[in-house]
Amino acid sequence: MATTPAAPPAAPPDDGVLRTNDGVPLKTTLARVNRRQKLVAVALVLPLLGFILVTFLAPIGMMLFRAVDNPVLQEQIPRTVALLDAEWDGASVPDEAVFATLAEEMIQQYEVREIAKVGTRLNYEQGGLRSLITKTARTIARRGEPPWRETFIAIDERWADPQTWGIIQQAAPRYTLSFFLAALDLRYDWQGDIVEQPEREQIYVFMFGRTLWISGLVTGLCLLLGFPVAYLLATLPMRQSNILMILVLLPFWTSLLVRTTSWIVLLQTEGVINDVLVWVGLVSDEGRIQMIYNQLGTIIAMTHILLPFMVLPIYSVMRTISPSHMRAARSLGATPARAFREVYVPQTMPGVGAGSILVFILSVGYYITPALVGGRTGQLISNFIAYHMQKSLNWGLAAALGTLLLVGVLLLYWLYNRLIGVEKMKFG
Amino acid sequence: MTELPPYASPLERIWFYAFRVLCGLILFFLIMPILVIVPLSFNAEPYFTFTEGMLAFDPAAYSLRWYRDIIENEQWIHSMKNSFIVGICATILATTLGTLAALGLTRTHMPARNLVMGLLISPMIVPLIITAAGMYFFYSDIGLAQTLPGIILAHTALGTPFVVITVTATLAGFDTNLIRASASLGAPPTTTFFKVTMPLILPGMISGALFAFITSFDEVVVVLFLAGFEERTIPRQMWAGIREQISPTILAVATLLICVSVLLLLTLELLRRRGERLRGLSPG
Repeated sequence: MATTPAAPPAAPPDDGVLRTNDGVPLKTTLARVNRRQKLVAVALVLPLLGFILVTFLAPIGMMLFRAVDNPVLQEQIPRTVALLDAEWDGASVPDEAVFATLAEEMIQQYEVREIAKVGTRLNYEQGGLRSLITKTARTIARRGEPPWRETFIAIDERWADPQTWGIIQQAAPRYTLSFFLAALDLRYDWQGDIVEQPEREQIYVFMFGRTLWISGLVTGLCLLLGFPVAYLLATLPMRQSNILMILVLLPFWTSLLVRTTSWIVLLQTEGVINDVLVWVGLVSDEGRIQMIYNQLGTIIAMTHILLPFMVLPIYSVMRTISPSHMRAARSLGATPARAFREVYVPQTMPGVGAGSILVFILSVGYYITPALVGGRTGQLISNFIAYHMQKSLNWGLAAALGTLLLVGVLLLYWLYNRLIGVEKMKFG
Repeated sequence: MTELPPYASPLERIWFYAFRVLCGLILFFLIMPILVIVPLSFNAEPYFTFTEGMLAFDPAAYSLRWYRDIIENEQWIHSMKNSFIVGICATILATTLGTLAALGLTRTHMPARNLVMGLLISPMIVPLIITAAGMYFFYSDIGLAQTLPGIILAHTALGTPFVVITVTATLAGFDTNLIRASASLGAPPTTTFFKVTMPLILPGMISGALFAFITSFDEVVVVLFLAGFEERTIPRQMWAGIREQISPTILAVATLLICVSVLLLLTLELLRRRGERLRGLSPG
């Protein structure tokens, strides 16, 4: 916006305000131009932002909402849960009115074949309730008659137990924390207190622990293997290091499934490594080592797959470190080891931090490799989310586990962003 | 560490060679699993290991039967077709949307840049299993589950962060005076983009596009949740192969995929060299 001191077409009021050629104050024009620039910038970003919001963020938000969403009992047996809330004392067997309402609603839901949902929901709180609900509903729908209280108790003793009713009441609220509790190996007991799950059902805290442990171990191994390679690549002349770089980049660009397949080929008991060991005579033909379909397989394959993510950021930081620093340290009398430890290594820390957080974030959410080579002991938390999504269909628990995992990853990402900045992320 | 100085002590000499051997071993660990697949895919026997004939370089021990298997197997051909359709469509969408967004993000007047950047990068950060689960419910509700368009949209979302990051990085070194010069010579913004900006940021766009393509081409978790039998892609077919009926055909497919990654790597390397050459020529 060039302004010239040349005479404007119409004489402006002489108030000392700078004006453009057409007599508009410069300030106004600048504001207008800035506003237009801002609109252009937003208009360019908006298509992608909208796209990500609709196809990615909204679906994830809606999925995570399932962790607290609890519509089943409110939809299937609304009057029973309302009556329980209003009239039941929480300690004795409810009176005939509650039984009669439940019977009516159960028959209704049985006829539209929806009663199984109630059973499944209650089964999450306590094993065995699914069969109780199904059995009771089937019986009373065929030949049930008042007094309902006696009929129910005749079908199953558990209807005379206040615990059963307490669990129905705990499972009833429209929004619940019980999936989050289950994801932390806790649950509501029938009186609404938070207690630990029975010992043999406690697995998720252990699984989170195992996921963190394996991710930490893989990150450590990647650092241990990646640092020397990055150092070699960074100190070699460009021409040689570019050639060796291919050995790092080719695995990086190769399909995850291809690399997982190769580890199956290499590590299985009839595989290449065992064959070599037998041929060399280190192990006998019967004593082949089980290296895959267990935790060891997961760790080896994940380390291999994530190693380039460690080498590349460390390498790009090391490239910027001037070799004269080490020479200066040596000339001041430091031994090579001391110069390396006290002068060189501290300067590589941004790269080491970037690589470590990146590898850790990626391994915490790993699914494919543990599923294929992990066997029973190599499964991570992602595999349990997938199990509850696809097999057990306990979507509330899957969502709760997913939310906890996501919160952890976002915290790490926030740390990464604070330390390094996401724009600095480089690939290849 | 490049070469030993003449005054190096014996200890330094030992360490120098020990370090090179160590790095050699680590690089061997990186590349060996990929290389070992290639000869095994020519195995004449249905085994996953080297037969005696193969070790003796007996021509009869090698064959192309697993490659013939791929060509004759309708499922593999179908899944290859799906993979390319999904990959190419997702790449075009992701590159277009991502480049536009990068152009907006690098403008000085962009409001709330960090927040927007964070949201746009999120598909790269969120663990895939969570993405897949979320998309499964949402796409089922709107009728896009078990359709190719559904998978294309999902893969586009996963690929855009790479385009945004690479193009933003390229634009960081872009001289905005060129745009002013073009505008002052009377070019409308679209002409300026296609004649001035795009040729200069093309390497960034291409490497972003390659990343988007490989992301889609290699993606299996979302496909596991979203695709039906008809929409199977190559990774989905491999997943089934590894889990259900393991056969050396998978090794042949893996070899073909390694060829694809070599091609991508070469393209990127050429782009990088071109960039270095251009930078070397320019006085800046």
